[in-house]
Order: sequence, then structure tokens, then C-alpha cells
Amino acid sequence: MKKTNNNKNNLSSIDGEVISQKNEFFEFIRFQGLLWLSLLILIIVLGLSLAIGRYRVPFENTFRIVFSNIFTMETNWDSIQEAVVMNLRLPRTIAAIIIGSALALSGATYQSIFKNPMVSPDLLGVSSGASVGAATAILLGQGGTMIQLSAFAGGLIAVAITVMIPRLIRNQSTIILVLSGIVIGSLMSSIMSILKFVADTDTQLAEITYWMMGSFAKVSFKTMLPVLTTIFLPMIIILLFRYRLNVLSLGDNEAKSLGINLKTTRGIFILSSTLITASSVCLSGTIGWVGLVIPHTARMIIGSDNKKMLPIAMIFGGIFMLIIDILCRTLTSAELMLGILTGVIGAPFFIFILFKQRRQVN
Amino acid sequence: MILEVKDLSFKYHNNRLIFHDVNFNIDSGEILSILGPNGSGKSTLLNCIANLYKPLSGEILLNGGPILKMNLRHIAQIIGYVPQTHIPAYAFTVREFTVMGRTPYIGAFKMPSRTDYKIADRALEQLGVSHLKNKAYTEISGGERQLVLIARVITQQPKIILLDEPTAHLDYGNQHRTVQLIRQLADEGYALIMTTHNPEHAIILNGKVAILNRKGMLGIGQSVETINSNTLSDLYGLSIKTIYIEEAKRMVSIVC
Repeated sequence: MKKTNNNKNNLSSIDGEVISQKNEFFEFIRFQGLLWLSLLILIIVLGLSLAIGRYRVPFENTFRIVFSNIFTMETNWDSIQEAVVMNLRLPRTIAAIIIGSALALSGATYQSIFKNPMVSPDLLGVSSGASVGAATAILLGQGGTMIQLSAFAGGLIAVAITVMIPRLIRNQSTIILVLSGIVIGSLMSSIMSILKFVADTDTQLAEITYWMMGSFAKVSFKTMLPVLTTIFLPMIIILLFRYRLNVLSLGDNEAKSLGINLKTTRGIFILSSTLITASSVCLSGTIGWVGLVIPHTARMIIGSDNKKMLPIAMIFGGIFMLIIDILCRTLTSAELMLGILTGVIGAPFFIFILFKQRRQVN
Repeated sequence: MILEVKDLSFKYHNNRLIFHDVNFNIDSGEILSILGPNGSGKSTLLNCIANLYKPLSGEILLNGGPILKMNLRHIAQIIGYVPQTHIPAYAFTVREFTVMGRTPYIGAFKMPSRTDYKIADRALEQLGVSHLKNKAYTEISGGERQLVLIARVITQQPKIILLDEPTAHLDYGNQHRTVQLIRQLADEGYALIMTTHNPEHAIILNGKVAILNRKGMLGIGQSVETINSNTLSDLYGLSIKTIYIEEAKRMVSIVC
């Protein structure tokens, strides 16, 4: 019986080699194709984002304005057009791409570490902590930079407390970590309610609410610069380490038996994605849904392997955030807040994805 | 000796001693089946050997060196662990899942190379599951998942393979196929340790048998000597007889 088996194996190995090479080639093309296609879409949406807005700037002028800052060109447009494109639209466009891809990346990272596709980057209380930080600074009458700093600190402190609880009760399981994240998260929202209650209704409350719903309206290159390091550095670290995420998502014991140092590896990922989320919140306020919906979409299209999934999710995140931002500033006469549209568009989109997945399984 | 276990004992935080004074060793090509009732700590013992749990006292030597002084990657290059099959949270393809066996050889910043994929493909072929390569690991059957898990551990190229109840959740045919496969792997030179609830499997494998009773004591010996009516009846608290069956040319255990 063994012999016939061997023969069979030999036959299939010859066919298998050819088939696997073909498959590898197709897979490579599929990934590269999707990568470049989505980059192309990102560039198109980027162009639209610079050209569309309340103040009308002719399409061709938009691009000539942008290129005139790189090459020398003769200028035949007025300075208001240039100011709108270069000082208002360009920074928020770039911010939207960075924040969108950052939130998608940190969401996907959290989902792998916690082995749950329903997890979002604020699982350990980053966003609610950052909100408390920002609101405190607003109540104390501080300006923009202090609000940013305080939000960043608030986010990190909240996660630090969350991570400390499992250590205190000497139970390092993921469930306890998630539970303490939920506890700290709701503690922070209670503190937030107190802060809102004592805030001055005319000025401070409005600012806090505005901040909590997220917006790119106040973004400029000056406010963007300080958080770029704390976004880009962790992003690079996660991308370099990303194969380990696959192994981590199998479970603690399996990852350890495959030679992964759980504590260090998980620590690096949690710290990196926390820094990313805290920095994004500092720049644009809290923005929900992106970190949940985008990795899910990317996974559905390209598969679960983080090697391919993370880059695709980042580009998708950028595209999604840009589209949301364009809609925010064009749909109504007063600018909408990001949190409203990510929810209104994100939620039905998510249901659509779940529906499609269900059909695939069937 | 590839693996030596000396005076090993273990207890969970603030709990009774699970096992104590466990001593045995195993070499390439040998099979050790661990038998024991539910809750006797078979899996705990296996997890200690896999370096997943830290023992209370005693030591484990790999190729003569204490396991506690080795780094995790090095250990993973020697010990491969086959957990009980479970469905992971993400739908990796069978190929993506199998190649993760290469993790102990892949640098922290690296991805699996072409060679790593080739080793994984070869393992899948060896187990006859190449055709599942591009299917989602989450959507294949339990028996197929077991084969893919074993393909992954072969991809890991260890010297010792630990299997936690490899026959659980499998149908009658697949249970026996798995046992045959374990025999084959031993013939290829792997040292294998597995836990099982079925004394028959230990008899068929005809290697070493370790019996872990409820008091946390481990008795060890060759299966022919260790498995008999007395030990089995004691172990499971039932009247069990082992009878030689001419047609099968081996002992068979029967509950009377």
C-alpha cells in the first residue's frame, strides 16, 4: 500500500511543481496589479481633493499651481487660488492620506495581535485617553500645541494603565488585557462626561465636541510636523516586522512554539500602534471606523497574509479618508465632521462587506 | 540522547502539584505515548517539554544542554509542536499556514523566501495534501487540518515532534491514518512524543509508553510491558482486559 502511495506522490509532485509555479506567478501579478491600481486611484483622488472645494479653482490651474512649486513656471493665476490650494487643501489632503493609512495599519496590527477581526485601534483606550487629554487642555484654556501634547500624553497614559492592570493581578492573558482596556476606556469616557459638564457651553464645549468628532480643517504643515516622527517611525517598524503578525495571530502557544518571543514582539507591536493612534488623534481628533473597516476590506480582497494585506490596507485607508474628507467639505455649506461621515458611510459599507463574505462562504 | 527530562514537577499558580518526579529520555526514531485520564496533566506535561510552561522544579536537556538557557528560536529549530486542531481567526491559505513553520529560521525583519515556500510545498506533497494548497485553512475538514498541521511541523524541520492528542476530533479512519503517519515519521528519524486517550494507539505504535496517573506519578516502559489488564484497569477505574488477537497479530484492549 505504501508503494502505490509513493507512486502517486511522485506523479503529483511533477504536476504540482508546474501548478505551483503558475499559481505563484498569478498570485504575484494579482498582488502587484492591486497594489498599482490602488496607488493609481489614490493619486486620482488626491488630485480631486486638491481641485474640489468651496472656493472654485479651475482644474488645470490646480495642477499648475502644485507643479509651479516644484518647477519654475510662469504664473497666470491670482494669489488667492494659490493660497487655497497650497496652504489649505494640500496640507489637509496629505494629512488625510497619512491618518487614513496610519489608522488602517494600527487597526490591522491590533486585529492580528488580539486574534480578532472586530478589534479597532482604540481597544486599549488610546482614543478615549487622548480625548480626555485634549479636553483637559481645552478646559485649562490652552492653545493648539498644548492640546496636541496633552492628547498625546493622555492616550499613552491610558494605554499604560491598561497594560499595567494584568501585571498587577498577575494574569498576563489576552482576555484580561482586553477587559482592562474596556474598563479604562469606559472610565475615560466617564471623565470625559464630567469635563463636558463643567465646560463652558459657548466656547469650550463646542471645541471639545468638534475635537471628538475629528476634522482636518485646522491641519497645517506646522501642526503636522511634530507628529510625523511618531507616526512614520512606528509605521516602518510594523511594516518591517509584519510577517511576525501572521504567526502571532495563530495564538500565544503556537507563536511561542515557533520561536517567537511573545512579550517582546507583542510589546513592540502594541507600543508602535499605540504611538500611531495617539499621534493621529493629536492631529485630527478621534476618527472611528477606519481602523476596523479598512483592514477588513483589504483582507477580503487580497487575503489574510499580512505580508500583502498591510500595504494594501494602508493605501485603501488613504483613499477612504480622502474621499470622506472631500465629502465633508463639499456636501453641506458648513463643514461636516469626519466622525459623522466615517460612521454614516463606514457602517453600511461594513454590513455590505459582511454580506458579501457570507455569500462567499455559502 | 536528544531529550532528557529529569525530576520534573509542575504546579499551576496556587494549585495542587499536577505531576512530580517525572524522569524519562527519548532518542531519534523513538515514540513516547503518554496515557492518562482526563485532568491528569498529560497536556501540561507536553507543554512543559515544549517550553510553553515553566516547570516548578527539575530540568529538561536538549542534546545535553538545559532548555532554559537556550533561546526560543533555537529551541523551535529542535522541538516542533503540533497543537490540537483549532480554527485560527484569519483565513490563511493552507500554503501560507504551512510556511509559518519556517518562522524559527526567518530573521525578524524578513519574509519567507522562495526556498522556505519550496520546503513547505514539499511537506504538503509528502502528506498528500498539495491539492489544498490554495484553499483557506479555516474551510478544510478536521482531518485535512490535522494533516496540514503535521505538514507545518515537518516544514519546521525539528528533531523532536510533540503532538497534543493528535487523534482527537478525527473519525475512525483518520485516527488510524494519523497513527500510521506517526509510525512513519519515527522511521524517518524524528523523535515523537504524543498524548492520547486511546491505549490501542499506544499498542499499535509499539514504542515507549508513559502512564500519568491521578496522583501525578509517571510510570514509563515499553508498551508491551507497560500496557496490560492491571495498569489499564487501574488507570481508568474500569475493568479492562488486554487480549492477543491472532488476526491482528497484536494485543487489543477491551472494556468488560
